[in-house]
Amino acid sequence: MKALGDVAEVIRSKNAGPFIVTFDILFGDEETFEAVRAAGLLNRQAVCRLYGVSDNELLGFDFYPFARAVKFSLRRPVGSGGPRDADVYGAQQHAPLLDLAVLP
Amino acid sequence: MIERKRDDEFVVVSNGMLGYGFRQESLREAVEAGVDLIACDAGSSDPGPYYLGSGKPFVGDAMILRDLRLMVQAGADAGVPLIIGSAGGAGGDGQVDHLLVLLRRVLEELGLDRKVAVLRSELDRETVRGAVEEGRVRVFETGAALTVEDVDAAAHIVAQVGPESYFRALAGRPDILVVGRAWDVSNIAALPLMQGRDRGLTLHMGKILECGSLAARPTGGGDLILGRLRDDHFIVEPTHPDKACTQASVSAHTFYEKSDPVMLAGPGGAVDLRGTRFDQIDPRRVRVTGSAFREAERYTVKLEGARLAGHRALTVGGARDPAFIRSIDAIQEAVRAKIHETQAGFIDPSQYSITFHRYGLDGVMGAWEPNRQAAHEIGILIDVVAETPEIAEAVCGLARSTILHVPFEGRRATAGNIAFPFSPAEIPAGPVYEFNIYHLMEIDEPESFGRLEWLQ
Repeated sequence: MKALGDVAEVIRSKNAGPFIVTFDILFGDEETFEAVRAAGLLNRQAVCRLYGVSDNELLGFDFYPFARAVKFSLRRPVGSGGPRDADVYGAQQHAPLLDLAVLP
Repeated sequence: MIERKRDDEFVVVSNGMLGYGFRQESLREAVEAGVDLIACDAGSSDPGPYYLGSGKPFVGDAMILRDLRLMVQAGADAGVPLIIGSAGGAGGDGQVDHLLVLLRRVLEELGLDRKVAVLRSELDRETVRGAVEEGRVRVFETGAALTVEDVDAAAHIVAQVGPESYFRALAGRPDILVVGRAWDVSNIAALPLMQGRDRGLTLHMGKILECGSLAARPTGGGDLILGRLRDDHFIVEPTHPDKACTQASVSAHTFYEKSDPVMLAGPGGAVDLRGTRFDQIDPRRVRVTGSAFREAERYTVKLEGARLAGHRALTVGGARDPAFIRSIDAIQEAVRAKIHETQAGFIDPSQYSITFHRYGLDGVMGAWEPNRQAAHEIGILIDVVAETPEIAEAVCGLARSTILHVPFEGRRATAGNIAFPFSPAEIPAGPVYEFNIYHLMEIDEPESFGRLEWLQ
């Protein structure tokens, strides 16, 4: 098994506006991107399980060949920088993706 | 070495954030090779609602003055306009005024006499209330409709102006244009759009250039970036000799801070990237073709508003006892209950909120954290936000003394549960704001939107 952290070049999260955190997974070459896509282990259900969210809370999960990338977004539990927020830039929400098994 | 500007191209050199610094030679070399515009973003909603709410700038004066001095001088040397958008960070009127104070100082120091236009985009509550009542404000990413109460509660409301709103100012041929809150792309796109350049390509180039050298590799050490807009394509290149724009870095930047990477929505419509091609034309430059503009039915601007959410007091401590760490959830509830009980009749729970950030357990990710295994020690940040600074400090103090002594299952250390690093343990941390407006407002005439002034 290979984890996403072993095969992707960039795995990051960041605010897309104050109410959404968006996640980017970028692959260094087309071969890896296509292999991960074909393996089918990186999918909506896997992401929902990882973040403890339901399918309708997961926004726009998709594979984008033109950038060899996968992208999805989550609505923040609270707005950026308001009371109870823990990550103003949304920049440290990516870590669980690193260990996700994506290749057999 | 930057290639000389061709007659048929529009060349922009872009600074991603005023005051974050760039390599001096980058700007000089770009200007020497020929540019039509120096564009500079000066703000963002990213650092949070405090800056819009309080009106304070988030970049220090000394850092802004440095960048400003270099760009103003370069604009004068090259005889091209300098456009600065989202002045002061959040782009409110007070922040625009503050930037103008700094700009005047720079002009005086450099002995320059420049024609300065100012386009403000802070809105008064009445204007926004009117738009709400006329049904011109749409639900956006908050998922909730804007109410008149939200509008009344906001300390400041700004609109992210689109490039069309710059046209009126640019028609007067300013040397320097300072804009309040702006869609980041506008600073780069307004002038070429006014000259009739293709809307899809121009806006897409603006989107790539608006963060400066973030679209180049390596990303560390911010610098400027340069774009060459031609008839059926544009070229992106770094101004720093050690950086390169690659097919991967430029196409990936299209993803950055955007939830939809193939339809880049903005005022008036969206850039459709489904037909876009990113081609590496040499080791450091990428050519982009095929980006198309899709006009929206109604022109909208994004509204941002922040209201005072309360006043903060906080305390930080660490726990090392495994029994305490195992019982952390129950301990928190006991602390809440104890405060509630002690303050019954004095401070009502509706007047404050307590958040426990538990570093070493789930402090960074909260409910999204899948790994529930605690570390051998955990840091606890108790964050109290209350109606008044006095209530915040009282509740925080009570939370501190309660968590220090609260009993829990399996406790053997009866002298104190937490290691506090400070005396006093409580830190008053000032006002807290929250974004309470993030909606789209339909407008009829983008060309006359905003308040335009000319400075002498």
